[in-house]
Amino acid sequence: MTEQASKKEEEVLAELDSFAELPDAPPKRKFRLTWVGYLSSAIVAFWLIMCLIGPSIAPFHEMDMDGDDSFLNAHSNEYGTFHLGTDYLARDTLSRVLFGARNTIGISLAATLLAYLMGITLGILAAVKGGWIDMGISRLNDAILALPTIMLGLIVIAALGSSIPILIGTAAVIYATSVFRIARALGQDIMVQDFVEAAQARGEGIWWIIRSEVLPNAAMPLATDFGLRLVFVVLFISSLSFLGLGVQPPASDWGSMVRENLAGLTYGSYAAIWPACAIASFTISINLIVDDISAKSGGSLAKKMV
Amino acid sequence: MAKEKLFEVKDLRISARNDDGEEVKIVKGVTFDIHKGEVVALIGESGSGKTTISLATLAYTKPGLYFAGGECRLYGEDVLTMPPLQQRDLRGGKVAYLAQSAAATFNPAITIGEQVTESAVLHGLLTQEQATERAVELYHALELPDADRIGYRYPHQVSGGQLQRLMAAMALCGKPDLMVLDEPTTALDVTTQIEVLKAFKKVIREENSAAIYVTHDLAVVAQVADHIVVLYGGEIMEQGSADQIINRPTHAYTKRLMEAVRPKPAAGQGVELTHEHHRDIDNLEVRDLTAGYGGIVNGEPTIPILKDINVSVRNGHVVGVIGESGCGKSTLARVMAGMLPPARGDIILDGKKLAGDLHDRKLDELQKVQFVFQMADTALNPKQLIGNIIGRPLEFYHGLTGKAKHAKVSEILEMVELPPAFASRYPMELSGGQKQRINLARSLAANPEVMLCDEVTSALDSIVGANVIKLLTALRDKTGVSFVFISHDLSTVSSFADEIVVLYAGRVVEQGPTDEVLEPPFHPYTRLLISSVPEMRIGWLEDTMKKREMAVGIARGVEITARGCPFFNRCPMAIDGTCELKSPPILELDNGHRIACHLTLEQLEEAEAEAQKILLGYEKLGQEDPQVHVP
Repeated sequence: MTEQASKKEEEVLAELDSFAELPDAPPKRKFRLTWVGYLSSAIVAFWLIMCLIGPSIAPFHEMDMDGDDSFLNAHSNEYGTFHLGTDYLARDTLSRVLFGARNTIGISLAATLLAYLMGITLGILAAVKGGWIDMGISRLNDAILALPTIMLGLIVIAALGSSIPILIGTAAVIYATSVFRIARALGQDIMVQDFVEAAQARGEGIWWIIRSEVLPNAAMPLATDFGLRLVFVVLFISSLSFLGLGVQPPASDWGSMVRENLAGLTYGSYAAIWPACAIASFTISINLIVDDISAKSGGSLAKKMV
Repeated sequence: MAKEKLFEVKDLRISARNDDGEEVKIVKGVTFDIHKGEVVALIGESGSGKTTISLATLAYTKPGLYFAGGECRLYGEDVLTMPPLQQRDLRGGKVAYLAQSAAATFNPAITIGEQVTESAVLHGLLTQEQATERAVELYHALELPDADRIGYRYPHQVSGGQLQRLMAAMALCGKPDLMVLDEPTTALDVTTQIEVLKAFKKVIREENSAAIYVTHDLAVVAQVADHIVVLYGGEIMEQGSADQIINRPTHAYTKRLMEAVRPKPAAGQGVELTHEHHRDIDNLEVRDLTAGYGGIVNGEPTIPILKDINVSVRNGHVVGVIGESGCGKSTLARVMAGMLPPARGDIILDGKKLAGDLHDRKLDELQKVQFVFQMADTALNPKQLIGNIIGRPLEFYHGLTGKAKHAKVSEILEMVELPPAFASRYPMELSGGQKQRINLARSLAANPEVMLCDEVTSALDSIVGANVIKLLTALRDKTGVSFVFISHDLSTVSSFADEIVVLYAGRVVEQGPTDEVLEPPFHPYTRLLISSVPEMRIGWLEDTMKKREMAVGIARGVEITARGCPFFNRCPMAIDGTCELKSPPILELDNGHRIACHLTLEQLEEAEAEAQKILLGYEKLGQEDPQVHVP
C-alpha cells in the first residue's frame, strides 16, 4: 500500500532540510479591533472630550433652576429647551450630565490610576522581594481590606474634610488594596517562570527584572482588571456623594444625580435614567475595549500556534 | 489477513479557520483500516495531525477544528454523523482514549479504583461490583504490584509508570472495541517505558482488542504495532505492515525518520575533537559536592538530592550527565550555575573557587558559566523581541549598544542557523526548534566558557532534535565552548559527549570517557540503562526482557537510602549484607574511568560474559543489525 507516496517525496525532503518548521511569511502583527472595540472607543473618546468641553457646550449652567417644574420631561420655555427634561430642582438634566462628566470621570480615573500606581508598585515589590517585606506589606494590606470600604471612606473624610483631592486619595488607598492582591499574585506567578530565573542567573538587578520581565507580562491581566476597578470607583464616589461626603452640591456628578432623582421614577421622569446611561456607557465601553485588546493579543496568536 | 474489519477511516479531512476566515487544512484525506485484534500505529512529528486523526475515531475534534469530509466507520457505521447521544455511548464505551499524561488525567482527590471503573459503570456496561472485579483482573494482567488493593490508593501514591498502566486499565475496563493510545510512553524514562510497553503489549494480546497507537518514536512502534501509518503534514506518506515499514521503508520521509532514530548507544559514536581549543585544562570542576533543598542541618540538607559528587569539565570538552528523572541531574547543573547554593563542597572555575550563591559571584564569573533551560517555551520572555532577548547579554556583560549590538545579534542568529530578520519577531512566532535555537543563542551571546544544557533536546521531535545536536557540535568546534550536557536519553548523550557521568539517586555510579563507559565492564545500573534503550527491531522487547538485570531492575523503583549503594534493591548482583550498608568503593580503571561498586572488576566482567551467553539469540540478531556497525 505504498502507491499514494510518490510525487511529494522531494517536496517533503526539501521542507525538512530548510529548517522551515513554520511557514516563513512575516507574521501579521497589525493591531485591529473588532467593530465592538471601535464603537466602544468612540464612546469613551466622546466622554473624554465632554470632560474638556462639556461645560462650554451645555445649554444651561449646572446650578440654574430654570425649568418650569421639577421632574418634567423634554420641554422648552423662555430660557431655552430642556432636551432631557429637568431634575428634582427643575435644573436641566442634559447640562448637569455634561458638567458631571468632568467630576465623575476625572475623579474616578484619577483615583483608579493612583490606586494602580500604589497597588502595582507594592504588589510587585512584595512578589519580587518576598520574605519579611512581603509579609509586612501583605498583612497591612489585609488589615485595610478587612475594613468596610464606605465606613473607612466616611471616617477619613469626616476627619479630613471633603475636598476633591481627599476624595481621590481615599478612593485610591481603598482600591489599591485589591490591586495589590492581584499584582502580587501575578508577580509571584511570573517570578517562578524560567525566563525570570534566566535573568537572575545572568546576574540582572531587581529593577531590571521588574521592568523588563515582570511588568510586560503582568500588563494585560492588570489592564483587564482596570476596567472593572474603574466601575467600582465610580460607584464608590457616587455612594459617598449620596451620603453628602462626596462631590458637594450643587456641583453635579453622575452618581449623585442618579440618587437624587430616583424618586422621580415614580412620576415617570427619566432624570435618573440619563446619568445612569452615562455611567453605563462609559464603564461598559472601557471594559469592552480591554476585552477586545486582550482577546486580540492573547487568543488569536495562541490559536495560530496550534 | 482475513481478520474482521473493525474500524475504517476513509478520506478523512479535518480543517480549521484562521483569523481571516480562510480554511486551513489540518488533515488532508487520510484512509486506513483497523482489523480486530490489530495495533495500528500512527507515526509522525508534531504537527503531522496524528493526534487529530486519533481523536476523530471518537467523533471528536479539538476546539476550533471541524470535520471537512470523509468517514470514520465503526462496524460500518459512520461515527461522525451519529446523533450526539449515540456518540456519547461511543466515547469511553466502544472507543476508549488514553491521554499522554496519566498524571494530568487522574483526579488527585478520588481513589484510583473509582476512576478506573467510572466510565464502564456510567455507560451501564457493568454494575459497580462487576466493574471492580474486572478492574482487579486488569491490575493483575498489567502486572501491577499489590493488585488486589491498588484500587483503594490515590493517584499520588503510585509511581508514574504504574499510573500509566492504571490508565490502560481505565480504558479497558468497559471492554472497548478500540483503544486509542496517545503517546503513552513519551514522557517516561527508558526503564519505565519498558515496563509500560511490556504491560500494554501483554494486555492487548490477552484482551484481543484493537488499538491505535500514536507516537513519534519508531523504535517503540516496532515493539507494539502490526500496521504502521506514517504521517507528515496531515497526509499519509506511507503505510504498511510493521515488518515492511521498519525493514524495507520505501518513502524518503520514512527513511529520514529512521536516520533520526539514534543508533544504540555504543562506544565510538562520539565526535572526534579536532579543533585547537581543546586543551587538558579544567574549566569547571565540582569537588565533594553535596546539595539539596530545605534547610541545612550539620552540613546536610534536609532533603538531600546530590551526595559527594566529583565532576570536572575540561576545556572544550562535553560532559554528558545521564540518569532517570529525579536522579538529581538538573540539580547538578543548577548548583554549578549558582542557582542552588551547595550544602558542602567546592565549585571551581579556572582554578578559582566560585561562590555557591550566584548573587555573590562577580559579573565575569557569571558570564563564563551559562545555563540553558530545558523548555524554550518558558525560558524566553513572550513579551520581548528576539533581538532584545539575544541583545541583553551582549549589553549586560559586554556593554554593547546600538549598531554594534545589532550587528552582533545578527551574527549570533547566523551562528544558530537562523535568518537575522528573526530579531524583530516574538518567541511565539517561532516553531519549537527555532525557539530552542534562540534559547541557545542567548547563552552563546554571553560568550561563555561553559554552557550547562539541561535536556535541551527532550521536548523536540527527533529530526528537529538531531538538528539541534548537529548545531551544538558545530558550535563547539567554532567557539571551543565546554558543555555540560544533561539528558535522560543515553543515545543523544553518547553521540555528543566526550565524557559521561551516570547519576543514580543523587550519586555518581560510573563516570569516564564515553567510549569507556559504553564498553564493558559496566556498572550494573549503566547496563540496565543501555539495555533499556529501545531498538528499532521487531521482537527487541521480548529479547531484552530475558536479561537478568531487566527482570530485577524494571520491577522495582528507586529507593533513596541514607547509606549503602543506592542501586542495591534493583541490582541483580547485589551482595546481601554489604551493598545496603556500606558505601561502595570506587574502582579506578584506565583513562579516568571510575565505577562505584562493591563487586570486583573480575566479577563485573564475569557478569557481562554471562549476560551475553544468555542472549546468544540476541547476539546473532545483533550481528545482522546494520546499526551496530555505525561508526
